[in-house]
Amino acid sequence: MTDVLAPARATAARRRPLRSANARAARRKAQLHWIAVHALGIAAALFFVLPFVFVALTSLMSDNQALTRALWPHPFVWHNYVTVFRTPGFLTWWKNTLIYAGAGTALTVVSSIPVAYALAKFRFRGRTLALMLVVATMMLPPQVVVVPMYLFWANQMHLTGTLWPLIIPMAFGDAFSIFLLRQFLVTIPDEYVDAARVDGCGEVRALLRVVLPMARPAIAAVALFQFFSCWNDYFGPQIYASENPAAWTLSYGLETFKGAHQTSWNLTMAATMLVMAPVIVVFFFAQKAFVEGVTLTGVKG
Amino acid sequence: MTALTLHGRQCRSALRTLAFLSPWLLGFGFFFVYPLLSTVYFSFMKYDGFRPPAFTGAANWVYVFTQYPMFWPALRNTLWLVAVMVSARVVFGLGIGLLITKIKTGAGFFRTAFYLPYLAPPVAATMAFAFLLNPGTGPVNHILGTIGLPQPGWFNDPNWSKPALTMLALWGIGDLMVIFMAALLDVPAEQYEAAELDGAGAWQRFRYVTLPNISPIVMFAVVTGVIETMQYYTQPMIAGQVASGVIGNSGQQFEPGYPDQSTLTLPQLVYNLGFQRFDTGSACVIALVLFALAMAFTALLMRRRSGLIQAGG
Repeated sequence: MTDVLAPARATAARRRPLRSANARAARRKAQLHWIAVHALGIAAALFFVLPFVFVALTSLMSDNQALTRALWPHPFVWHNYVTVFRTPGFLTWWKNTLIYAGAGTALTVVSSIPVAYALAKFRFRGRTLALMLVVATMMLPPQVVVVPMYLFWANQMHLTGTLWPLIIPMAFGDAFSIFLLRQFLVTIPDEYVDAARVDGCGEVRALLRVVLPMARPAIAAVALFQFFSCWNDYFGPQIYASENPAAWTLSYGLETFKGAHQTSWNLTMAATMLVMAPVIVVFFFAQKAFVEGVTLTGVKG
Repeated sequence: MTALTLHGRQCRSALRTLAFLSPWLLGFGFFFVYPLLSTVYFSFMKYDGFRPPAFTGAANWVYVFTQYPMFWPALRNTLWLVAVMVSARVVFGLGIGLLITKIKTGAGFFRTAFYLPYLAPPVAATMAFAFLLNPGTGPVNHILGTIGLPQPGWFNDPNWSKPALTMLALWGIGDLMVIFMAALLDVPAEQYEAAELDGAGAWQRFRYVTLPNISPIVMFAVVTGVIETMQYYTQPMIAGQVASGVIGNSGQQFEPGYPDQSTLTLPQLVYNLGFQRFDTGSACVIALVLFALAMAFTALLMRRRSGLIQAGG
């Protein structure tokens, strides 16, 4: 590396003769580079986009055509989407998923903020240990503790067959959300918090009035992640809700939908589109918060 | 007087800290410590959920390691996924990250296109791939056939099911892409300029400038990838069910791992033992194995990235 930085050679390179010929060659090289990069980009984009395209096309095929290897729908059967919506239960799955994701997100955000704030701004013995435990639980597969938790919700609380065993724990902070918020809150200078304290604010008011407005992007990111993780959850509803169809969510319902329509890929793909759509719509509205959040989890620190 | 206030203040600040931490403290105790201890307890018990638990010593442990036919295949699959899927994801994620930092025209479109599949709900994404790759009517084999390439059975062939899952994992590369993109943009531009003036080619610049700068992020991606593999559940479960045609509650019971145990992973064993075979004790043994593995890799992550924890304090 030190060799690379040698200034003598750098100036020598800059003083090369035949500058115009070099410039032309350099421009040509840049053009070729542009073409190569964008060709690769288009190839990659096809890999990422084509699955969506094929799913969308198949979702519009007739029952008979879906049994063939055809790629283009003929005729377009928009009615498939009506059929999916009219499937008994489909609207219930939607409602349940919205309840699970909505309530879960609200509870997680409210319960995680004070914890993240304490971990970022309070000095106390055991803080590093607490943070390490948060990270450790974040990495833990949910299957590790599911057996006793199931027994608890089933035998003590009699709440299996509902979404409560999934929603209630979110009132007690979520490790990933705490960690992500904490990573953001440490970047807020202590002076702001101290100034609020000097002005006679208690900790709660300092948090609500000063810190929270500054942490809005991180809170948005946490809310989005939590919303999607509830929306996408399959294991939770499979364990706790599967015994009662009235409590199924979209992820779990989609699977049973496929079971009921074994040969109708067209209907299954229409249902698949309808499960993917909300996530993608939300993403377009909240793109910035999202990307910021992903970066925050990995790169900071 | 001063001593008293000081004491009072300390006491108040400790109470305040406790109050702020209380949601997590309660949650940690109730949704982690208690069930973990309970899991250890049940791993030494015979319990089918109906008759009261009875102590059986190490019987469950012996059963899982020597007789339960799914344990070793699941562990082998996990090793395969760690070796192939995790490395493929890191290399591909880095490649896509590099590509996106080089694209000048239409950068926004490409970024969105590359990122979007990551957001597809796992059940829906797996369902989509089960359709795309199905040997009967799937467009992928249709295209492969048209250009005269062999048409694998994908999720229906034990040799191709894990590669098919790997493709699905590569499709959802968006998270790694964003992390690598941010890391690549953080590499000081002067270092590239200096290397270029020194006559370093593209490969040399990558090898001697890019890689050393982003190696912590590569490490982070590898370790979190391994941890995610320990949790790998939904995709193999759905792929197996759809490909075998035996779905959850259609009356028949689905045996995870179709085809030929090639998609078995450890979390599925907890489901199989605990919720299908009602062998609570053995399910808890698997849960503890999973716990030990996940904690080992988490410890590695924390050691490697002590900065992650220490930052700002």
